[in-house]
Amino acid sequence: MTAVLSTHGLVARYGDFQALYGVDIELHQGEAVALIGANGAGKSTLLRSIMGLLPVGREMVLLHGEPVGGTATDRMVQKGVAIVPEGRRLFTGMSVEDNLRVAIDQAARMGAKGGWTLPRLHRLFPILKEKARAPVQSLSGGQQQMVAIGRALLCQPRVLLCDEISLGLAPKVIREIYAALPEIRATGTAMIVVEQDVGLARSASDRLYCMLEGRVTLTGRSAEITREQIGKAYFGAGHAVV
Amino acid sequence: MQWFDALVQGILLGGMYAQYALGMALMFGVMRIVNISHGDLVILLSLIGISIATAWGLGPLPVLVVLVPLAVLMGWVLQKAVLNRVVGSDPLPSLIATFGLSIALQNLMLQIWSANSRSLPGHGIESQSLEIGGIYVGLLPLIVLAVATGLTWCLDLTLKRTRFGRALRAASADVEAAAMTGINPRAVYAMATAAAVGILGFAAVFQALRSTVAPADGPAQLIYAFEAVIIGGMGTVWGAFVGSMVLGISQAIGFRIDPGFGVLAGHIVFLAVLASRPQGLFGKALS
Repeated sequence: MTAVLSTHGLVARYGDFQALYGVDIELHQGEAVALIGANGAGKSTLLRSIMGLLPVGREMVLLHGEPVGGTATDRMVQKGVAIVPEGRRLFTGMSVEDNLRVAIDQAARMGAKGGWTLPRLHRLFPILKEKARAPVQSLSGGQQQMVAIGRALLCQPRVLLCDEISLGLAPKVIREIYAALPEIRATGTAMIVVEQDVGLARSASDRLYCMLEGRVTLTGRSAEITREQIGKAYFGAGHAVV
Repeated sequence: MQWFDALVQGILLGGMYAQYALGMALMFGVMRIVNISHGDLVILLSLIGISIATAWGLGPLPVLVVLVPLAVLMGWVLQKAVLNRVVGSDPLPSLIATFGLSIALQNLMLQIWSANSRSLPGHGIESQSLEIGGIYVGLLPLIVLAVATGLTWCLDLTLKRTRFGRALRAASADVEAAAMTGINPRAVYAMATAAAVGILGFAAVFQALRSTVAPADGPAQLIYAFEAVIIGGMGTVWGAFVGSMVLGISQAIGFRIDPGFGVLAGHIVFLAVLASRPQGLFGKALS
């Protein structure tokens, strides 16, 4: 079975600073993969590299077997990859509905087909209907995260990358947002979820990758990996397990 | 009555300034691109219009029909060839690039058209006037105001209601996030600059009809456009329109006080707005 998305010896740098040292990951049809690791391990860099936001070699990223490394971000969206970026990155000054319409517009322009519509999104996150006309910056952090997820879904992705969607949110709101993930997966969309909370990451994924200093240090089925293994991979060898 | 007349003339003058300011509202107010060559593009288009009119014996309306598409094309080329290379969160590179372009354009125009002042023959339209309630109102300034109002209305609706408008506002808010929703920011910016310079095509025809133009006139038009956008507030199209009116009225009243004081009066009102309400009359204060 060929992977929907895979990276092969992915190397990325910010100027002189090398952030990724040959990362290999795979994502299969309908699968949810968690990416865990400490701050600075390279999780966000990995997603940004896939998304064409950092210059990487053509053969380092394959989408349905096609080399797409370094493709412009808007073309990656057209190819069916969407991202919920770290920090949400909503369009301030625009209403909730206009934020979502931007994605609908572009999906229509590119002729992207998928099951996500505004009414369906409103069923998933009813608050977005209620707040449709509100300026996006007036929403709470959790509501803003729902807009960010909605905006990515309306791009009709076959692969969805979620970068720290629980960051800075209250536990109740985090549960609410993670409760929406199974429905997103049910549409056949494969997901990579970057998550700081290891417990949350394990429960929301089929498999996980643990990263440390720009390398993958552990991979396996989320249900089978032990806390000891994660502890070692997370902090490097020699550290006590917490 | 004299002051009421000044008010009316000021609004009409504001109509002309609004035509310069709309393109600036789009580029500077929305896209945050500082285009120093803004005024020089108006003058360049005016001079091309005058040459077309004399060469082919065309009236103002056919010149407008030729000039606006040409202006759109110039804007598109400007963005593709120059501005897309320097666009980003830092406004300095676009400022420097267009400053250079401004100097180059002024010298190019001087080379082609010499330093003489010229104007577009209006076949009598420029001297007609209507009497409304004891005040004489020029027909041409009235047309200028009507066109400016129409353009403002169209631009405002385009930004608010169309796919292009939403994509442009999104790209202006966050270029990278816009690309993440499938927007090609460079294509959107090229269209926006084409629209901004296209509007200058209208301004160029009316500027050449109501007064004279010479290659060195550009920077003054640039200042008026900047002032109108800042008085009105960044990012609002109707704000730029009202800012143009404020500027026009200030100048007209200043001219009545003393003919040498008119332009200065406009600058003083601009500084007063900047000092008391830096976000502009319709701008939102940064939180």
